[in-house]
Amino acid sequence: MARIAGVDLPRNKPTEIGLTYIYGIGRSTAQEILTKAKVEGTKRVSELSDEEVSAIRSVITSDYKVEGALRSEGQLNIKRLMDIGSYRGLRHRKGLPARGQRTRTNARTRKGKRKTVAGKKKAIEKK
Amino acid sequence: MSRSIKKGPFADPKLVEKVEALNKTNQKRVIKTWSRSSTILPEFVGHTFAVHNGNKFIPVYVHEAMVGHKLGEFAPTRIFRGHPGIKSEKATSPA
Repeated sequence: MARIAGVDLPRNKPTEIGLTYIYGIGRSTAQEILTKAKVEGTKRVSELSDEEVSAIRSVITSDYKVEGALRSEGQLNIKRLMDIGSYRGLRHRKGLPARGQRTRTNARTRKGKRKTVAGKKKAIEKK
Repeated sequence: MSRSIKKGPFADPKLVEKVEALNKTNQKRVIKTWSRSSTILPEFVGHTFAVHNGNKFIPVYVHEAMVGHKLGEFAPTRIFRGHPGIKSEKATSPA
């Protein structure tokens, strides 16, 4: 079993694909890593020898930022925006889109599930 | 699209002039400015700017971490005071 950067790779996928299960590695990064480690990308993960696995592992640890380190980098970037009191930081604090998108409608990814505010209709009925 | 690197960062030349004059004499004074689109240059660190938000001048003290951002990012132009109708409803419902 190949365990790289704290993630178990799927056994019967090509290594090129298997590496993308690691956070921070997509198809193109996976290919880069494999050429650097001189490993055939079409080889299944289960067919990798121990030397090949350790070659891949050393390439990743030396040249790439993956998993926890990458996640915390992103969080730090957001925290910096919030700490300096910039507009983007304020939007992150409020959980609203930070890049000038409309919020009158949509923006559900940032705002989460709809929270209905009741009561506007009543005022019209009274009149 | 981001700005061409060839041109360098944009900052109002007049504003840069004022900051440099203050730096030369080692003074600290609040600089009033309408130039929200000016990039914060490394020379600006430690100065306080009064950035116009369309209504008032918002004092902005420049930290090192702010370099590369625009002055306008630190002077919000809109104040959100809650949604309309919510407060008045509470006031009218008991009556």
